[in-house]
Amino acid sequence: MSIPQVTVSHVVFVILSAIALIGALGVVTTRNLFRAALFLVLSFIGVAGFYILLEAEFLAMVQILVYVGAIAILIIFAIMLSQRLMAPGYKASNEQWLWALVAAVALFAALAFILLNVGWPTAEASVPQGTVAELGKALVDPDQYLLVFEVASVLLLAALVGAVVIARER
Amino acid sequence: MQVPLSWYLIVAAALFCIGLYGALSRRNAIGVLMGVELMLNSVNINLLAFWRHIEVATASTPAALSGQVFAIIVITVAAAEAAVGLALIIAVYRNRRTVAIEDVDMMKL
Repeated sequence: MSIPQVTVSHVVFVILSAIALIGALGVVTTRNLFRAALFLVLSFIGVAGFYILLEAEFLAMVQILVYVGAIAILIIFAIMLSQRLMAPGYKASNEQWLWALVAAVALFAALAFILLNVGWPTAEASVPQGTVAELGKALVDPDQYLLVFEVASVLLLAALVGAVVIARER
Repeated sequence: MQVPLSWYLIVAAALFCIGLYGALSRRNAIGVLMGVELMLNSVNINLLAFWRHIEVATASTPAALSGQVFAIIVITVAAAEAAVGLALIIAVYRNRRTVAIEDVDMMKL
């Protein structure tokens, strides 16, 4: 792999990877689950930065709205509702953490070995203007992704009803 | 000069493996769910990196968007999964006063 010329986007990429990976490491290593949730927000914001770097601005906004605005808040609510677990002396990791670490490192080594040995094409083409409008049209176009869109809405409705039924006081 | 595709794939692989470690090693069910969310995020980075570097360059139609649509569907499913998963955790906590995964073994014979 030849080292390409360093530009602003490379520097931004390195900063964003540092944000995303430090956030992710915080999620899995912090003992306090509430702090882990805040690290998760940091990681999500780093990933949203990747989307902007990849010129998928709509996805970056969706990432901030759905992950940071909804999922992270939902997780923090669940942590607050099961507060008793934050008692002192509480162990955050189970007895198989060492095997989990070995498995994760081995998987990363295998993936990195494969990824670095493939001749990936480089992008010469630029993203056309106005992809957000095109995306909106494609999602409700019967010839493209209308069925996917409808299935996603049914899935969200089912998840909504299911979550209410499961979490309801009986 | 674009950031090469392999850089995105390496960072996404690292994020996936960190999430895998979290999902396997946490005692708290909410911690496991956070690891799964990290893994889903890394998949989305992969989808959008492939979209940007391969689909945009090789598509015949002017608007090639299946990578973005895939990522939107993954985010939708992740939101549904988080809602149902956290509802399950709250229900288990209400019944058993714990969300430690080794204590939730009612379905074991």
